[in-house]
Order: sequence, then C-alpha cells, then structure tokens
Amino acid sequence: MDNSRLSTVLAIPRRPWFWAFAASALAYFATLSLTEGRGGGELLSAALTFASFSAIVGLGQMFVITLGPGNVDLSIPATMTLAGTLSLKFMDGAANLILPGLAVALAVGIGAGTFNYLLIRLLRIPPIIATLSASFLYQSLAIWWNRGLRIKPPEALADFSTGAIAGLPNLTIIGVLIALLSWVVLERSIFGRWVSAFGQNTRAARLSGIPVETVRAVTYVVSAVLAAFTGYLLASFSGGAALNMGTEYLLISIAVVVIGGCSIAGGNSNVPGIWGGALLMFLVVSMLNSYGFGAGVRLIMTGAIIIGIVAAASGKGRPT
Amino acid sequence: MNGKYRILLPVLSLTVLLAAVFYLQPRAMSYFGLNLLFNLAVPIALATIAQMMIIMVNDIDLSVGTFVSFVACVTATFLNDAPLVGAAILLASILAYAAIGALIHIRQLPAIVVTLGMSFVWGGLAVLLLPSPGGAAPTWIRTVMTVKPPLVPMAVVACILIAGLTHVLIMRSSTGTLLRAVGGNAQAVARSGWSVTKLKAGAYALAGFFGVLAGICLVGLTTSADANIALRYTLLSIAGVILGGGEFTGGRVSPVGAVLGALTLALAGSFLSFMRLSPDWQIGAQGAILILVLAVRLIFSRRSRKWKGAENG
Repeated sequence: MDNSRLSTVLAIPRRPWFWAFAASALAYFATLSLTEGRGGGELLSAALTFASFSAIVGLGQMFVITLGPGNVDLSIPATMTLAGTLSLKFMDGAANLILPGLAVALAVGIGAGTFNYLLIRLLRIPPIIATLSASFLYQSLAIWWNRGLRIKPPEALADFSTGAIAGLPNLTIIGVLIALLSWVVLERSIFGRWVSAFGQNTRAARLSGIPVETVRAVTYVVSAVLAAFTGYLLASFSGGAALNMGTEYLLISIAVVVIGGCSIAGGNSNVPGIWGGALLMFLVVSMLNSYGFGAGVRLIMTGAIIIGIVAAASGKGRPT
Repeated sequence: MNGKYRILLPVLSLTVLLAAVFYLQPRAMSYFGLNLLFNLAVPIALATIAQMMIIMVNDIDLSVGTFVSFVACVTATFLNDAPLVGAAILLASILAYAAIGALIHIRQLPAIVVTLGMSFVWGGLAVLLLPSPGGAAPTWIRTVMTVKPPLVPMAVVACILIAGLTHVLIMRSSTGTLLRAVGGNAQAVARSGWSVTKLKAGAYALAGFFGVLAGICLVGLTTSADANIALRYTLLSIAGVILGGGEFTGGRVSPVGAVLGALTLALAGSFLSFMRLSPDWQIGAQGAILILVLAVRLIFSRRSRKWKGAENG
C-alpha cells in the first residue's frame, strides 16, 4: 500500500515526457540568465519554430518505432529532400500552385511510404535496410530532378511559413495540431491500439485478428507523409530546397523519440514527449551557442545528453 | 547447411558485378585497373567488419561513420605530428568503445540510441580536432597503402588478409564462437558461467579496433582528412554486412561475406561510371543493387527451404 501511495506522489516526474520538458526549461533559463532575461520571447519563438520541424518528423518516426524492434525509418531525410525539391520545382514560385504543390509533396510521401513498405513486405528485408536502400533511390531522384537549382518558394507560402498568429509561429500551430491528431489516433482510436499491440507482441496481435500488415503499411506511409510535409514546410521556410536539407533530421527524428520517453523496444509511444524532445534538442544547442561554445563542443554535449537521458531513464530495469 | 549457402550469394553478386565491369571496360582487368577499382574499398571493408562485430552481438552501431572520421582526423593530426600521443588517443577510443559495450549491456540500453549519441560525440571531437579539412598522412601509412606487391594489387591483398584474419578470429577461434553465442543466446552464455558484459565489451572493442584501422587506411589513401570524411560509412557498413549474408539477430554473421559485401558496394559506384550513367544516380544505384541482391537472397532462401522440406518429408 505504501508503495502505491508513493508512486502516486511521484507520478508526475515519472511521466516519461516530464524530464524532456524539465530539461528544456532548464536550458531555456540557462540561456536567458546569460542575457539577463532579454530576448526571451525571440528565443522562445525560434525554439517553437525550429522544434516544429523536428516534432513533425519525430511523430512519424515515433509511429514506426512503436511497431517494435528493428522498425525504424531511415528514409526520412531523403523523403524530405525529395518532397521539398519536387514541390518547389512544381510550384516554381507561382502563388496559385501552393495547394497543388502541397499535394505533390504529400503524394511523394505516400509514394515513398508505400515503396518502403513494399520492400519490407515483398523482399522480407529488415526495415532498416529497406528504408536505407530506398533512401538512396530517393536521394538520387532528388539530385536528378533538381540539378542543383535553388528555386524560391511562392512568396505567400514563404510568408506563411515564417509568419505568426498572435505571437505563435504558424509552423508551431501546425506542429501542435499534428501532435494532437497523433495523440488522438494513438490513444483514442482503434488504429492506435493496433499499433501498440503490434509493437508489444506481433504474434499475439496477429492471432487476435488485428490486420497487422495493414497496420504496418499505414504506419510507414504516415511516417513518409509527415517527412514529406516537413520537407515542404522546411523548403518554404528556408527560401528553397537544398539537397542536404534533410540530413540532420535522421538523427534528430530518432533522438526526439528517445528523449521523449518512447520505448525504443516498441509498443509504447508518447506524443507530448516528442515536443519535449524537439524543444530540448533546439534549446540545448542555442544554450551552448550563447555560452560561446563551438560546433565541436555542441555536438559532444548533444551526444552526452542523449546517452545520459537514455541511461537515466532505463534505471527502473526493462522487462525482457 | 545454411552457413555454407550463406557465402554463396555475396560471392555470386560480386562476381556478376565484376564481370559486368570487365565487360564494359576490359581495361579494368589489369593490375592497375583492379587497384583503382578496389582502392577505396579497403577502409569500407574494415568499417564493415567493425559494424559486423556489433551486429554479431545483436546490436547496431550508428556511429561507425563519425568514428572513422574521428580516427581519420586523429591520424592526420596527432598520429602524424606526435605518434605516441596519437596512438594513445586511438587506444583510448578503443577503450571507450569497450566501455560503451559494457554500459549498453549492464544498463540494458538500446544500442541504436547509445551509438546514435556517440556519433554526435565522435563528430564533435572530430570537428574540434580539424575544424577545416587538412592535416597530413604519416608517411609510413602512405607507404603501406601505396605498396605494389607483385601480381596482385595491394587493395585485393589487403581485402583477402582482412577477410582471412577475421574469419579465423570469428568463425574458427573459441573466442569468436563465444562472441557469436552472445548474439545467439546471451542467457545461455551467462548461465554457462561467462560474463556477457565482458564479452560484449570485447565485441565493441573489436569494432573500435577495426574502426581505427579503417580510419588510418582512409587517411593513407586520401592523404588528408576532414571531420565529415567517412559519414557515409555508417550506412555502407550496415548494408555491407547484410549484403554479405549477415543477419540482424542471432549472431549469424560472416566475415568473408561482409568483406565481399563491402567490395560489392564499392564496385557499384565504378560500375555506374563505366555505364556512363549520370553521376546523379551513383547513390541510387547502390540502393538499387542492394535491393536486387536482397531480392535474389529471398529466392535463394525460399529454394533452400523447399529443399529442406523435401528432405524431411
């Protein structure tokens, strides 16, 4: 009985997302203490903007990782790049093509996700290798299509992606909406239960009549579509698509899932934690930046934080 | 049974690709041509062996690429200017690898995340060492990497040596058997009185050792280094292990296959340039070849299952 009371008291800090947000707040105030509180609003708005990109791709990665061991989408950067280059080239700066351009980006996502899944299903290859080899193809396709041209996004789209409503960056609103939607899907819909069941015990899930293959297919498509959408937004935000624009998001997408407190062994997802992780990744970098550390130290600290959080979080012992 | 078939496919895919290259460019069928084709394959093969050590114990190493880059930076700076300090740093980095292996086992951490974190750490250290491309290769490495043995080019000799030595170490020695057993059934290994922590640390240390070799070789070929020199190696090494018939679980790996897989991937690039295909498709072709080989492997494994079924029935 004592035990249960104790666990109720400790419930909040033991929520998996708690530490990500706590550490984000710490990093935020550590940065502000340097400037004696000036620039707090700007920093917050920058953090919310950049964290949106990481959060959206992170949500996609979270769905995939929830499927269980071995499931990870390594094609996210290539899908982002492909969707960004293709949609920007299609729009070619024309304002009336903004929505069709979005459709192009989403179609790239659906195509990439379907292709990833077909490789996994038909060739029976581990998802790591399937998404990896597919990403090589997407990357080549993007290079070939784009020829290194940097096409500007339509002005209205660029304004939207850098704009804000009532102080909240538009991108953040989109990111939060997608997070809410993901939360509803995962926690309140039958599909979300299926994804978790798949990750906890695929065999049991199949035997209980869950359409496991459909679940897996949809999950990989969702991940690719979210990556493609992020590519579209990121290309519009940064004034054009670049061939290496997705590179850093491979590690970030996995890192925010882990920092956010999802189980890397699958079956356990955590939507708020994704935002916590995304904010933390950005705020730590800007904190180290403002303390005058160079790129090297920043990278080392980022790595140390990832390992530290995982090592601390697993203290309770993982069921094997 | 299965173990013997495992090596067939990597041999076959390399042969087919090599034959295609020779057909397209007969001049490649010479001492000089072979050396050119396979020169850059040596560090990739070593990195693939490093990755194999990790996959052997059911983990995966996402930091191989940045680690090899880090080693390359150390080689081009400290190992050149102050060999003793350089060697000490490299030794320490191997110990760090062993420590990570032990940490992963003791705390039951997901290797994919810890090595992901380490990839930031190695990358950061590399940037600190060499903020901009530069450095110089120590002369002795240059000499080793450009030596011209009679009949067979250095790159081929090196790959045969790597494959042979690791085969003996992993497939024939008792230590190797134990290490593979950790991947097969860690609990059984622990029950029979071995320390899985020590074995895992050992496997990681071996990975670190081969990663160090890969970095040194790479600098021997390129004569200078930068912090991003080998980032591709992470993905290439995973692909190489799988191409070589390795599996992600169960300690089922093949050192000879891994080296062949690395060679196949390295050759894929040259093959394309001989095809006069646009360089835009260089990366894509590696992906396509990977998919193709895995498709063939599926057919192979279905066949062998059918044969087994026939034998049993």
